[in-house]
Amino acid sequence: MKRPSPLDICRLLPKVNCKECGSENCLAFSTKLANHEVGLEDCPQLFTKENEKALGLLREALKPAVREIFVGSGSNAVRIGGKVAMYRHEFAFFNPTALAIDVTDEMMEQEIQVRVERIANFVFDYIGQKLKLNMIAVRSTSNNPDRFMKTVMELDKRTELPLILCSLDPRILEAGLKHISEKRPLLYAATSENWKEMAELAKKCQCPLVVSAQNDLRLLRSLTKTLLAFGLTDLVLDPGTYAGNGLRDMLNNFTMIRRAACKMDDELFGFPLLGAPIVAWKDRGGTPEEIAAWREALLASMLVVRFADILIMHNLDGWALLPVAVLRQNIYTDPRKPASVEPGLKTFGNPDENSPVMFTTNFALTYFTVASDLESAKTNAYLLVVDTGGIAVDSAVAGRRLTAEKIASSIHQSGLESKVRHRKLIIPGKASRLSKEIEEKSGWQVLVGPRDSSDIPKFLQSEWKTKA
Amino acid sequence: MATENKILEADFTPPVERYPCKIVEVKLGATRTEGGTRGRSIVIGGETSPAFYTFETPVPHPPVVAIDVFDTEVALPKAVKMHVREVIQDPAAWAKLAVEKFEADLITVHLISTDPLIKNSTPRKAAATIESILQAVDVPLIIGGCGDPSKDADVFAEIAETFAGERFLMSSITRNMDIERCARFIKKYGHVALSFTPMSLNLARELNRRLYDFLPREDIVMDLTTAALGYGLDYSFTNMERARIAGLSGDEELAHPMMSGTTNAWAAREAWLKMGPQWEPRELRGPLWELVTALTLLLAGADLFMMMHPAAVKTLKDIIRRLTNHGSPNPRELENWVIARN
Repeated sequence: MKRPSPLDICRLLPKVNCKECGSENCLAFSTKLANHEVGLEDCPQLFTKENEKALGLLREALKPAVREIFVGSGSNAVRIGGKVAMYRHEFAFFNPTALAIDVTDEMMEQEIQVRVERIANFVFDYIGQKLKLNMIAVRSTSNNPDRFMKTVMELDKRTELPLILCSLDPRILEAGLKHISEKRPLLYAATSENWKEMAELAKKCQCPLVVSAQNDLRLLRSLTKTLLAFGLTDLVLDPGTYAGNGLRDMLNNFTMIRRAACKMDDELFGFPLLGAPIVAWKDRGGTPEEIAAWREALLASMLVVRFADILIMHNLDGWALLPVAVLRQNIYTDPRKPASVEPGLKTFGNPDENSPVMFTTNFALTYFTVASDLESAKTNAYLLVVDTGGIAVDSAVAGRRLTAEKIASSIHQSGLESKVRHRKLIIPGKASRLSKEIEEKSGWQVLVGPRDSSDIPKFLQSEWKTKA
Repeated sequence: MATENKILEADFTPPVERYPCKIVEVKLGATRTEGGTRGRSIVIGGETSPAFYTFETPVPHPPVVAIDVFDTEVALPKAVKMHVREVIQDPAAWAKLAVEKFEADLITVHLISTDPLIKNSTPRKAAATIESILQAVDVPLIIGGCGDPSKDADVFAEIAETFAGERFLMSSITRNMDIERCARFIKKYGHVALSFTPMSLNLARELNRRLYDFLPREDIVMDLTTAALGYGLDYSFTNMERARIAGLSGDEELAHPMMSGTTNAWAAREAWLKMGPQWEPRELRGPLWELVTALTLLLAGADLFMMMHPAAVKTLKDIIRRLTNHGSPNPRELENWVIARN
């Protein structure tokens, strides 16, 4: 699928340069549209009668290869899909993989309450962002519609997170939907056995629907074709998740579907992909929980990398979820934007003329990690952020982007020499190789600090307080 | 409109692509008939499709894992140290444990002691360490320098000549070394160069071009830099994925097998730091951190992994086996997970 250029887009715009979209002119707006930075909704001209055709053509041209779907409603809705490219280096990946944790309808009210709280409270602070869980999947293991309905209502009371209603029995899903259909839960799932009833349910309630076919892409395509012909538009594909021998087929299926959508304009496969690493918990027999959690996490990781838009998981242990949450953030970072911060002099606390002076690089990760350590230790210090083009300390030293000359000139440009009486520079342990050179070039004395910034407070206690 | 109760049939053709170029095959280690002393040699590379697109072409040579051995005391995370405590003073014993118990396909011997800022031990001493390890295990070896460009060249030179024919992977040759000198002794004594560049495909091409003046392409493996999960892994992933696809598409300078220094995953504080109770235990968090780093790069095309933790190594090898061999989900895997009571 060839993405439209700004000129292609501009041709279809009203071209009156009214600026109501916030851009200087229609061409500027076209460029932002091509980069998926803004939406067509920002142009009021397009929503008038005479521009109806143009709007339709633009929608078609800007349509992502993978449909974007909202699960949940209002301000709590989560967007999934919306991918415009197969590889992140071709553009960027939008809408990070949504992570859904399960509850069952055989859990007691108390257990559900605790679990919902744990899901809501899961948070990890990372480069100024909060990594969180996104949805709750409620599975019917009771096979009792009434039970399911009560559990869903209970959940609806306790959480703002969008829900995924899981059962292959349409009667059970129908019961679950009874009181919450306007909340737009995702319905799991339509299969070759139940597709007709599931389609009717999804159509009636206007909910997105998962289409599931175990390791059979021909069947998956057929089902999707059938459901589209039925009039549904918001579908999610489940080609099957396998923790055992099926791992190879699983990866191939995810890859083939995404390639078909992005490279072959396959409309039937142009939908978000659902993975269920929760299968690692199925049939585990006597296998310890840690092993199941380990397997679930590694499955989830592989699927985050290979195109999954939504994952259903079970384990809530932080040691296993954290790598997955961080990986998701990393993969969905926009590769076009340099991960760097403004270089220059930063102050922490209330430093005075005797306060310690440290430096670090302007790689976002490095900076935020050091800053977080300084803040939590309530340090009073100066931190000089040196421009290495957004590269971390060790790589910058190895690649000669962090040199003694650069550090020396950063010091001189910062005005530090009029802010502190001493001339002592604490350098990151990973830059120790440059110590002597820094002293020569800057005229400052170098104190080699710790290799990890978490040791800065301890270092300052012992090395700064006594020697300064 | 589908008004009957029949599924509309659609067919499915696997979206297979044909790439014009093959990734070069590189042999590591040499058996007796090949001029070395190893029990077996290993070939990596040779791919004709992106990583594990086995719907398209089979995996010619499954990726392999090297375990780290250090020739001097280094600070190891507790989660790793607990497995190697008894052998940490004895590189040969460490290598033996790594091969026999942890199933290492290769051993990386990190000659840290040669660092002028550490022990500054001599090339001869380093060669003696290598000799003891060659006696202890019969897997191919990777020779890890200390990072000092001039010392490494001297150490590699000594080891290359002393162990001519063994086909060691020299880790690594970097842009700020005497490329000609190193490439010449690598070629003369029958070894392989690990071409290391810091996160830049242009620099990678440039270094390989310089090596081509002295070394055939079959004697070069690339290290494009591995950053830890959370600390730049996305850069490593995209670099490797782009390099692999570019190589397959005809960019010969990038059509080399790729090595990942996955041990770098332990540089992330989240891999070893004692965190709050909701993130414990770190004995599981750490190895998982290393494994996730490895898996991400496996899916980008990494052919050779340098790793530390035995659990991460074991799991990675198991996954590689399952992705490489033929096999379909067994019937239990196809059953409905929705109704499963855990």
